[in-house]
Amino acid sequence: MATEKAANRLLATTRTVSRELVLTTVVAACIAGATALLLLVVGFPVGRGLAALWVGSFGSWYAFTSATLVRAVPLMLTGSAVALAFRGGVLNIGGEGQLLMGAAAGAGVALAVSPSGVMIPVTIAGALLAASIGGALWAAVAAFLRVRFGVLEVISTIMLNFVALHVVSYLVRGPLQEPTGIYPQSATIADALHLPRIAGAGRLHVGFLLAVLISATFGWVLRHTASGFRLVATGENPTAAASAGGIDVSATTARVFLLSGALAGLAGGVEVLSVTFALYENISPGYGYTAIAVALLARLDPWRVAATAVLFGALEAGAGAMQRDAGVPSTLVSVIEAALILAVVVAQSVRSRRQEPDTGAQMLSVDA
Amino acid sequence: MIEPLSGDEPPALALHDIDKRFGATRALTSASLHVRPATVHALLGENGAGKSTLMRIAYGMERPDAGTIRIGDATVRPDSPAAAIALGVGMVHQHFTLVPVMTVAENIALGGHGVLDLRRTIAAIRELSDRTGFALDPLQRVEQLPVAAQQRVEIAKALMRNARVLVLDEPTAVLSPSESAALLRWLRSFADEGNAAVLITHKLGEALSVADDVTVLRRGRTVLTAPAAHATAASLTDAMLGSAKVAERMHPAPDARVSAQDRRSHPILRAERVTIVDDTGVVRVREASFVVGAGEIVGVAGVEGGGQRELLRALAGRRPLASGILERPSVVGFVPEDRHRDAVLLDRPLTENVALRGAGARRRFIDWRAVRAHTESLMRTFDVRAEGSRAPMRTLSGGNQQKLVLARELDIDGASGSQAIVLENPTRGLDVRATSEIHDRLRAARDAGAAVVVYSSDIDEVLLLASRVLVVYAGVVRESSVDREAIGRLMLGVGTDGH
Repeated sequence: MATEKAANRLLATTRTVSRELVLTTVVAACIAGATALLLLVVGFPVGRGLAALWVGSFGSWYAFTSATLVRAVPLMLTGSAVALAFRGGVLNIGGEGQLLMGAAAGAGVALAVSPSGVMIPVTIAGALLAASIGGALWAAVAAFLRVRFGVLEVISTIMLNFVALHVVSYLVRGPLQEPTGIYPQSATIADALHLPRIAGAGRLHVGFLLAVLISATFGWVLRHTASGFRLVATGENPTAAASAGGIDVSATTARVFLLSGALAGLAGGVEVLSVTFALYENISPGYGYTAIAVALLARLDPWRVAATAVLFGALEAGAGAMQRDAGVPSTLVSVIEAALILAVVVAQSVRSRRQEPDTGAQMLSVDA
Repeated sequence: MIEPLSGDEPPALALHDIDKRFGATRALTSASLHVRPATVHALLGENGAGKSTLMRIAYGMERPDAGTIRIGDATVRPDSPAAAIALGVGMVHQHFTLVPVMTVAENIALGGHGVLDLRRTIAAIRELSDRTGFALDPLQRVEQLPVAAQQRVEIAKALMRNARVLVLDEPTAVLSPSESAALLRWLRSFADEGNAAVLITHKLGEALSVADDVTVLRRGRTVLTAPAAHATAASLTDAMLGSAKVAERMHPAPDARVSAQDRRSHPILRAERVTIVDDTGVVRVREASFVVGAGEIVGVAGVEGGGQRELLRALAGRRPLASGILERPSVVGFVPEDRHRDAVLLDRPLTENVALRGAGARRRFIDWRAVRAHTESLMRTFDVRAEGSRAPMRTLSGGNQQKLVLARELDIDGASGSQAIVLENPTRGLDVRATSEIHDRLRAARDAGAAVVVYSSDIDEVLLLASRVLVVYAGVVRESSVDREAIGRLMLGVGTDGH
């Protein structure tokens, strides 16, 4: 009996894993196919382009760790931020702004002090904490507007992205500008405060482990804790969550905003302490926006977010290589990313429409 | 009693021998309505008597299976509201059909044809406002208007399309007494100008005070047509309720297990001068006092908008009191009418739907293995048919969804087994078999000592289950025995306001 149960479970797990593998292969094949088609249409050498895409992303251990995974880190964190928000019924499109504010806060702390000895890890932790708080506070503005005045967060968060960009722009020309006052960027963060690299993995830093840990924690919290369940229930049906579950929907929503903002902010903090080592305007190539694609493609599942972030990290890394080695503009990869998102959104809405038959007839019969 | 109203003049609107079936249900069986020009005609009947269906046929929203419709001398077949409007018939629905974020003028312009000339619409609304005394600001957004003003917008919509026959479905259900009086005064003057109005209502007082003629429908048939002057509250009540004796023979009154004495010694729910206000600040329940004891089913009856909705939510702890005292267990089960909106997570598994109860107060972790075991035991006990406890709620039939909700809210083998449960139209939309299963569960819960409060818009269901009935009429709660006629009278406000 027990062995039969264990066998069944193993079978189910195998089935799930193989389904995911098939899915990933299909997605990868689609990407390759779409890229090839696009290269052909635009008139670039298909073979050389695809080869560069592969070499630059998965082609070598160095490319995989130093290019793909390094780019996957901010996508994992912001992707988790978006997935968490969407699961909780908050359409946070402001990952980019929250990331920028996190980066500014993290850089601010790291530049303000020059610690030594045991204070070094404390300062690093403090800078990352400041980054999270910075992101959370930025999201809190949208949370306040939504809970207090019913302002749609889709609008407020996207607007706050632009505000954040200008705040950073001001900071790097004003209070945080490097000492010579020539370049619009901050001073370089002291070497001691850089996030340590993972031995044998090129430029890959411990931020990667942090991001994986957070994805895992996020998944575990949603699945096993009462507050995680409240988040899911509120996102699924706030009226029923309040009426049948006695859940404080406003408080849950506010927490989702803060947590999501904190994760995006942390992404910014990790980025300045491990990749850019300084604050400047173009610190993010739109990680906060790509995160939406990552989260949607991962169907808001925490583990799939981590895997999808790696895939998108590979695309970005491969795009760089294509530009360098085959002269293909990297914007081409953005087109592929966008096409991917469209495909996923269409597939999802087709599926949900199939599940829910047209309710026109029900709406007509109000009172017999 | 069917008195001929026809006289010589052609009718403003006449429906003759209308039949209408919805699947196996006969909604109307040769129902007739004859509206004379320059009159207000009251159309009375209980919930589900077919009043709305008959008027939806007149308004082109439904097509009759048989029968004729006449306007003036012509026989017409309106096959859409647009066609009905073209024939001069306008309808104001119980649930308004306005776009909240649009202005009054934009709402009125909606449904027009050709070029949108808002300036002309605004001028026309101003002119209409002056003529009718409606005081509408064409530039105000509808969502900012109080309900009574929204209703005036609906009426204005019909008038702007030159409605000569105006049908109003329960227009006073959402209005305060003074607003109702103003509306009825206006209807009178509208008719005096040579137009006609059909007033669908539950309220006898209204019918008798404002209408020229009265028609009563019962179970889809016209059972009374007469000048209002010839009708009395008693004759109308008798016509609406029919022979109560038949219904009682069909549903013998349940044995009253709980004596008044027991109830006082084991009260589970006790309300003392409870007043409840709705979201817009209108008093819905006024100074209600009653007790529900352990081991009894108390029915709640009332016409739409009578205040029972708010009363049930207060009893279930889902709505605060404006004043008064309500003693109740800390957790009261609640089965709301709109299950999909208020009770379930359609796309989540049954286990999560079960875990939803009390989720707001839960601490730390959820032991899903225990939840699954609990869900499976509830499914066994309540015979919930599903592909296992992890199937999404959406995949279940309505009856099985409702059984699971009821099981969750009764929570018989859970630690916090419900001492009290409140239900609102618990079997609406369910088939006969699921309905009787739900009823059996409620009786079993009663026998196990729970206090059960059940509201149904179907009086027969209340009669079938309850040993006592609380009737809510215009915010006043009165207790009644399980007697169809007595409940019916209280629901119509007979004996409470001089009729």
